[in-house]
Amino acid sequence: MLEIKNLHARTGDNEILKGVDLRVGTGEVHAIMGPNGSGKSTLAQVLAGRDIYQVTAGKVSYEGKDLLALAPEDRAREGVFLAFQYPVEIPGVNNMYFLRSAVNATRQHRGLPEFDALDFLAFVKEKMKSLGIDDDLVNRAVNVGFSGGEKKRNEVFQMAVLEPKLAILDETDSGLDIDALKLVATGVNALRSPDRAIIVVTHYQRLLNFIVPDFVHVLSNGRIVKSGGKELAIELEQKGYVWLEEAVESAQPVTF
Amino acid sequence: MPSIGLAEQQDVYLSSFALVEHELGGSGTPWLHELRQEAIERFAELGFPSTHLEEWKQTNVAPLAKIPFRLAEDGHAGVAPEALERVTFRDSFCSRLAFVNGHFSPELSHLSGLPQGVKVASLRTAFAQDEKALEEHLARYAPFDRQAFVALNTAFMQDGAFVEVPRGTVFQTPIHLLYLSTAGDQPTVSHPRNLILVGPHSQVSLIESYFGLDSSVYLTNAVTEIAVADNSQLDHYKLQQESEQAFHISTLQVRLASTSRFRSHSISLGGALVRNNIRPVLDAEGAECTLNGLYQVANRQHVDNHTTLDHAKPHGTSRELYKGILSGQATAVFNGRIIVRKDAQKTDAIQRNKNLLLSENAVIDTKPQLEIYANDVRCTHGATIGQLDQEAMFYLRSRGIGEQAARHLLIAAFATEIVDGIKIEAVRDWLKATMTARLFENCSAAL
Repeated sequence: MLEIKNLHARTGDNEILKGVDLRVGTGEVHAIMGPNGSGKSTLAQVLAGRDIYQVTAGKVSYEGKDLLALAPEDRAREGVFLAFQYPVEIPGVNNMYFLRSAVNATRQHRGLPEFDALDFLAFVKEKMKSLGIDDDLVNRAVNVGFSGGEKKRNEVFQMAVLEPKLAILDETDSGLDIDALKLVATGVNALRSPDRAIIVVTHYQRLLNFIVPDFVHVLSNGRIVKSGGKELAIELEQKGYVWLEEAVESAQPVTF
Repeated sequence: MPSIGLAEQQDVYLSSFALVEHELGGSGTPWLHELRQEAIERFAELGFPSTHLEEWKQTNVAPLAKIPFRLAEDGHAGVAPEALERVTFRDSFCSRLAFVNGHFSPELSHLSGLPQGVKVASLRTAFAQDEKALEEHLARYAPFDRQAFVALNTAFMQDGAFVEVPRGTVFQTPIHLLYLSTAGDQPTVSHPRNLILVGPHSQVSLIESYFGLDSSVYLTNAVTEIAVADNSQLDHYKLQQESEQAFHISTLQVRLASTSRFRSHSISLGGALVRNNIRPVLDAEGAECTLNGLYQVANRQHVDNHTTLDHAKPHGTSRELYKGILSGQATAVFNGRIIVRKDAQKTDAIQRNKNLLLSENAVIDTKPQLEIYANDVRCTHGATIGQLDQEAMFYLRSRGIGEQAARHLLIAAFATEIVDGIKIEAVRDWLKATMTARLFENCSAAL
């Protein structure tokens, strides 16, 4: 589904991604872990099309298409979804109206009839319930005055409604208490299916107790330095990232 | 001192005054003749304001002063009711007085749902029928000793609306004063004049709207005087969408009596050069005044909002919020003056001006002007200038919303505070639709 080859990206003079290689197949759940500043969030944002990053080398192919050539909205309409680490507050834009506009843009793209307000409410009602999203939250301005947990739940709610093929969750666990974490994990697990793929970007192993990944990758200094199964996450939790960075440095050059 | 070029044009107005005065209405009424005479003499002394005057520093009226405007003739015969539907909001539920080129049009007007005793008449009719009330109130609220355009209007005022609401009258049906302009080949000028008197313990909504029917060159020089008596409330809407070649100068002068409430919603969309003067005087204890404004300008449009909130007596409250959306090479001015007189203890005034610049070449000049002579007051102000939030843009686009739709969504969101303050649904809907249409126009023009 997704194939990243030798991806380099920078912002200003600062090169952040220095040759990322990653393959994600349909039905798989991948976790990308790594220390702060390793480039995890940059990778997530580059995949979604954030233009403050310039891709200087490499390719990203998504379902056979050149992902990097698509505008952010076209990536979304083709089924790519990024759950933001820091969801943006948008005063004056009603959350429900925003979400309906988003769903309708994708439906229009796929040649499906658009939802009116009533149909849409019926469509989202069940998903609201399962994620503990109440009427008040959807009728406020997008993320304005939301607590940290509410913002993250709102991201997962949007994901549940948009039903992406490739979901990228950027530190969705940060700032969540255990109950909120379980709720979010339930939402993500509900989306797991043989025709979807999920990339979970996280600093801690905690979330991976609830969303069990098929593969774990460690990103360090702009490159994936180690890949393995779910047990790699547990090893990282015990030994920390320093262990890995030392091992990588002594074993240079690294090739994948 | 007016400059040479302006002085010559000023002479045109002076010499035409003697020729047309008898056509202006109320001729043969001595006090009115005297008033007009006094006003034209004052205009002769003042001349058109030059940019040397502090009040007119950022708005140069020389282009306007150089055009030989003729006094507009009645053009209502050529205006079909369908033409109105294109420009105005759905106002069938309102009482409407319509004017074409400043002349009252009975055919396009309808009065309905007016309670007993409420008077809604054309000014020209009122000159004949309500002479006493007019003599008592006309030009009592809008001084022209220092306002050249008010002086010019007072000399040349031909028609407009006279509204009188008696004591204890509360009604929901808004009164709509609709001014339509279509100049044809020759530039024309009209001087609409409105006098609105709201008696004690009453509550009324009034809409003044100014629409251009085509892209002709004309000048609207409007003056509205309002007196709100004790414990009364007036919601005032001014909708301005003149032709993009037009000049629009307006003065809204309001006197608020004790514990009265005045809410102004001023929407400026059209015009090549627009200047709005808004001057409420909180002239008795406990008055409340809200000034909301929205200006959306594009291309080479210029809009200047000068507001003067005069807190003359204690315990007055004022809330002011003006928001601007500028694109192309448009320029806008916001000058918000708040005067708190020595007497006006316990005044509570808040002023905000927020601007959204959508292009590199648009310019906003914003200036608060606080003059506080009392010592126990709360008075705050603030101005912001910003661009569309790029993080919000990315967030919307990352959810599948197209770039243009995302821009429009954020621009509409910026205007929400003002739009939602409009209590009349039909006006709100009209504003949303018109703003969106203008955004699309300007997008395609930019390509």
